[in-house]
Amino acid sequence: MLLEYIAIGVMIALATVIAVIAIGLGELFGPKKRSSVKSEPYESGIAPIGPGTRRMPVRFYLIAVLFILFDIEVIFFLPWAVVFRQLGLFGLAEMAIFIVILLIGYIYAWKKGALEWE
Amino acid sequence: MTFTQIIFLVTAAVILGSALMVVSTRNLVHAALWLIVTLFGVAVLYAILNASFLAVVQVVVYIGAIAILFIFAIMLTRREMRDRGPQLNRGWWLNIIIAGLTFGGLFWMLQGWSGFSKAAADFPSGYDAVGQLGKALVSPTGFVLPFEVASVLLLAALVGAVYVAFARK
Repeated sequence: MLLEYIAIGVMIALATVIAVIAIGLGELFGPKKRSSVKSEPYESGIAPIGPGTRRMPVRFYLIAVLFILFDIEVIFFLPWAVVFRQLGLFGLAEMAIFIVILLIGYIYAWKKGALEWE
Repeated sequence: MTFTQIIFLVTAAVILGSALMVVSTRNLVHAALWLIVTLFGVAVLYAILNASFLAVVQVVVYIGAIAILFIFAIMLTRREMRDRGPQLNRGWWLNIIIAGLTFGGLFWMLQGWSGFSKAAADFPSGYDAVGQLGKALVSPTGFVLPFEVASVLLLAALVGAVYVAFARK
């Protein structure tokens, strides 16, 4: 049964091998003359201003939270969608209730401007 | 030793090793990246247990969304992404005892279960596991109430996240 996942295993193995080759060859054959200028963060050729680790705006966090919630909503859709013709009107009504409840939150987020990116 | 057992042991070792790295590494971003390895290991465990849908959900939701959320959270809360405080608090020995007792209790309980020493049985060919899940989710004798309550839970999380993000304005 695990043989069904062989494609994923092959993909992971290939990705690992290619990454190891790409980094390993550079390490092996590349010249290594380190200097303080070379180890600075790359900023398109100009001297970097401020630290490289800046605080991100809270917007990113909010978008990520909203993404998780709608992601989970979609996860619930999938098993329902596979059999929704067999479930008939009853299944459709239940999914409608599910969506309407979440729609309230969606409208709230929209009205609050959580989906805007000014 | 069967092929599945070898896969399980390798996966368990990867999960434990990466979980140790999550709590022991000083760099918080690295900790979040090690957590992705741990979560992927759990997805492999689901695959071993024939729960392919859960395995995909684990990858899509936990790695694709929650781990990314962790990284955003680290990047927006800490100016210094390095933890300089002590790594152990005063109650560490108590926590070891509690964790050991919990593990021992679970092990003792599961030992009495007849399925403990058996591998997960294969589904009969043509068995539609996702379809069965979909039917169970909306059937009144199945999980229709948890299914509808889940939407209320998601609604509460959504409203809470928006409210907290806009509270200071």
